[in-house]
Amino acid sequence: MDWIDAEVEAPLTLRVNGVPHSVRIDTRTTLLDALRERFGLTGTKKGCDHGQCGACTVLVNGRRINSCLSLAMMHADDEITTIEGVGAPGALHPLQTAFIDADGFQCGYCTSGQICSALGMLEEVAAGWPSHVSGDLMPAPPLDLGEICERMSGNLCRCAAYPRIVAAIQSYAASREGEGA
Amino acid sequence: MSEASITMDAPFERSLLDTAPAPLVGTSVSRVDGPFKVTGQARYAAEHGSGDLAYGMLVRAPVGSGRIDRLDTAAAEAMPGVLAVITDARLIRNGGDFAGAAAPPHGSRDVVYFGQPIALVVADSFERARAAASAVRLSYERKPGVFDLAEVLDSAEPPTNDIFGLFLIHTEQGDVAGALKQAAVVVDEVWTTPSQSHAPMEPHATVAQWDGRRLTLHGSYQSPVTTRDQLATLLGLETAQVRVLAPFVGGGFGSKLGLMPEAAAAAIAAQRLGRPVKVALPRQHVFEMTGRRPATHQRLRLGADADGKLTTIAHETITDQLEGEMFFEPAGIATHLLYAAPNRLVDHKVARVNKLLGVSMRAPGEGVGQLSLECAMDELAEKLDLDPVELRLRNEPEVHPETGQAFSSRSLAECLRVGAERFGWTARNRAPGRCRDGEWLIGHGMAASARGNLFGPAKVRVRIDADGLAAVETEMTDIGTGTYTILSQIVADLLGVALDRVEVRLGDTDAPTSAGSGGSWGATTAGSAVYAACEKLRVMLAEAAGVTSGNAVFADGMIVAGEVRRPLSELVGNGMVVDGATAPGTSNAHFSQSSYGAHFCEMRVNAVTGEMRVARWNSVFAAGRILNTKTATSQAIGGIVFGIGGALTEELVHDVRTGKVVNRDLGEYHVPVHADIPDIDVLYLEERDRLANPLLAKGIGELGVCGSGAAVANAIYNATGVRVRDFPITLDKLFPGITP
Ligand code: FES
Ligand code: FES
Repeated sequence: MDWIDAEVEAPLTLRVNGVPHSVRIDTRTTLLDALRERFGLTGTKKGCDHGQCGACTVLVNGRRINSCLSLAMMHADDEITTIEGVGAPGALHPLQTAFIDADGFQCGYCTSGQICSALGMLEEVAAGWPSHVSGDLMPAPPLDLGEICERMSGNLCRCAAYPRIVAAIQSYAASREGEGA
Repeated sequence: MSEASITMDAPFERSLLDTAPAPLVGTSVSRVDGPFKVTGQARYAAEHGSGDLAYGMLVRAPVGSGRIDRLDTAAAEAMPGVLAVITDARLIRNGGDFAGAAAPPHGSRDVVYFGQPIALVVADSFERARAAASAVRLSYERKPGVFDLAEVLDSAEPPTNDIFGLFLIHTEQGDVAGALKQAAVVVDEVWTTPSQSHAPMEPHATVAQWDGRRLTLHGSYQSPVTTRDQLATLLGLETAQVRVLAPFVGGGFGSKLGLMPEAAAAAIAAQRLGRPVKVALPRQHVFEMTGRRPATHQRLRLGADADGKLTTIAHETITDQLEGEMFFEPAGIATHLLYAAPNRLVDHKVARVNKLLGVSMRAPGEGVGQLSLECAMDELAEKLDLDPVELRLRNEPEVHPETGQAFSSRSLAECLRVGAERFGWTARNRAPGRCRDGEWLIGHGMAASARGNLFGPAKVRVRIDADGLAAVETEMTDIGTGTYTILSQIVADLLGVALDRVEVRLGDTDAPTSAGSGGSWGATTAGSAVYAACEKLRVMLAEAAGVTSGNAVFADGMIVAGEVRRPLSELVGNGMVVDGATAPGTSNAHFSQSSYGAHFCEMRVNAVTGEMRVARWNSVFAAGRILNTKTATSQAIGGIVFGIGGALTEELVHDVRTGKVVNRDLGEYHVPVHADIPDIDVLYLEERDRLANPLLAKGIGELGVCGSGAAVANAIYNATGVRVRDFPITLDKLFPGITP
């Protein structure tokens, strides 16, 4: 039976939010399913399992990826940050506070992904990466509405909190600038 | 335990909400569940289950109409970790209705739509269940089917059922044909809308666990009690044997109202295997197997005299649905009441097709029905050379134009006027296709909005414990609608306690049964039951303090009356509990109750590429008291964007040879994304509806969808001079009419 032969299990240690998790894992397991089903880190959401919605966005070495499109085995040497590592109810990250203040969500299912994605996106802008809508490739892109919307369009929100997500990101970015960060 | 009930039999002249010394209701309180949602701590359906959890994957029909002869499960059963391949006569064919306890169709090998569930593979991991599901072999006989509404329009028949009396199938007044002959101006066109998908971001999922004879489901349900009742009927259980929990729901929009296939399958498998089973639908299954908004074919005829007074409104709609299913898309539902005209006809017919189940989707009826009506009004205004706002104002009825009932409240005219002002409507483009900025054609459009207000029976339990902490328990859900927050605000105001001294527990069928999230009635109905309970608690507290509640002020955790000033915790003893209830009464039956609004938008259409962009948006609504301006504005934006998606991008494409959903994922079914949506300005007018409920509030969850797509379509016409009446308005439909 080729199905049986195809199955492989392997040992894996993943560092998530600074904590090592060691498991034997079916090598077909995505990073998303490892987080949710094996480590109990269910803050990262599964919306499509196909890289089409952004609900599963996590930060890998500071860069945002769709964790459903990546196998867990590929991340043995990586530093993974999930929403649980961003902040907690009693100790919110300022971007999380900004989401609450601006009502940047309704059902909340896309929210972990929006927040992780926004954190990654802001680093990309700070590093000077242009986007499809940047008028000029050379200077650091402005953090205006068009840039934020373009760069966040991989994160779907069926509740359509879009204008308020953008407002939350802008207010967080402005407060960071105010602190000279 | 005490009980208190409110039946709406008379206007509510004085709402206790207006007596709170420092009211939270009506302000922009942030969501109380916010900290859990932004940190990933809110647990949704698929995030429950203990160590020996098994994983189920549905095997589905690879044919749109036929009969399954044989199921070869041997290969799948031999695969590692596979626990069972379940072919149980109780696996349901399609989802249940949004109310009632009837079990959905089940137990047949006859296939009536592509993707219908046939069997469930259960394994000890998700990866193994998925692999084994693809190893099940089916042999089947193909049968002829109907896969395209356009082919069977002539066979459409009146619906067999008026859905618990909610929808009117056919109404008629005066002489439509005669009046159209005499009308100075006539519009007579056909609009079509395709199947649409709710596409909530959380896929349907259930974790089922048996504990002896009791079944517990963690799931993603808008109305847990409906799921419970339909499942109990299906499995031959007492309702008390089933507990359904749905404290957090990642959106629903109508697709999670009835029992859905994954819940039945998980319950059956968990019983068979004696361990908890999770069935979390892959996104493709959500698209192919849960529900859709039915496609519609709508003929709309308007006749008016030379002054722009409507003489005739005729709205005849045909929609598609599976054989034997009760629901139909009531596309004419707002046509009954939006405009005055002596000669009227609203008619609904259903054609039977082999496509996945048609179900309620955000604003069933109005959501697509106001596309045709409000686009037809735009065409009429143009023929009359009249401002479309003015046309609507001239046809504003004083009473319900069909029944003669008074409106409980109706501020449509005010919404139109204020909206026009905020948008700058007088400075709009008046010559279609003539306003150009480089490659971009610019146009302005508007539409009216109306959504019926419902009031149902609901029950909640409100407690104050010995420490003075208040708690609400009810089966009601919060699917993003703000229920946790709104119920907390009502309790805080009525009992005079701080917001963080109120705990709201939702989504549990062991708690008193409420109205569920659907039909925009959750906040007002459950909120009114909370009101009833709190009103009674105030009397009990006052009695305990030796004062009369009418003279007492509740604030800062105290009751204050004259010289008396006592903390609640001193008065409650071991705690006080009241069950509050609501029941619709004569006010709901004898008055026409709806929320209203007006949308105004600017569209930019690229003359070279046909790309369409929403550039600017203002909406004004009136929906009685607004309980929370922050969450209500989010609801409005969400609805408007839903409507924009329906106008521009959303179409569930069925293969006309099989009915299969071709674009069954989020890469191909295009819901709006960040880059599609500009800033959206929303204003709610001050209004109180004393006939609706003790909160004086009306529903808002679906109001934004109503008419918003028509505003887009009308603005696109204004930009390009092209009328597209076949939704969505994709660029291929514009091309023949625009020049680069
Ligand atoms: S779940 Fe990964 S992108 Fe949708
Ligand atoms: S908050 Fe519901 S999908 Fe974004």
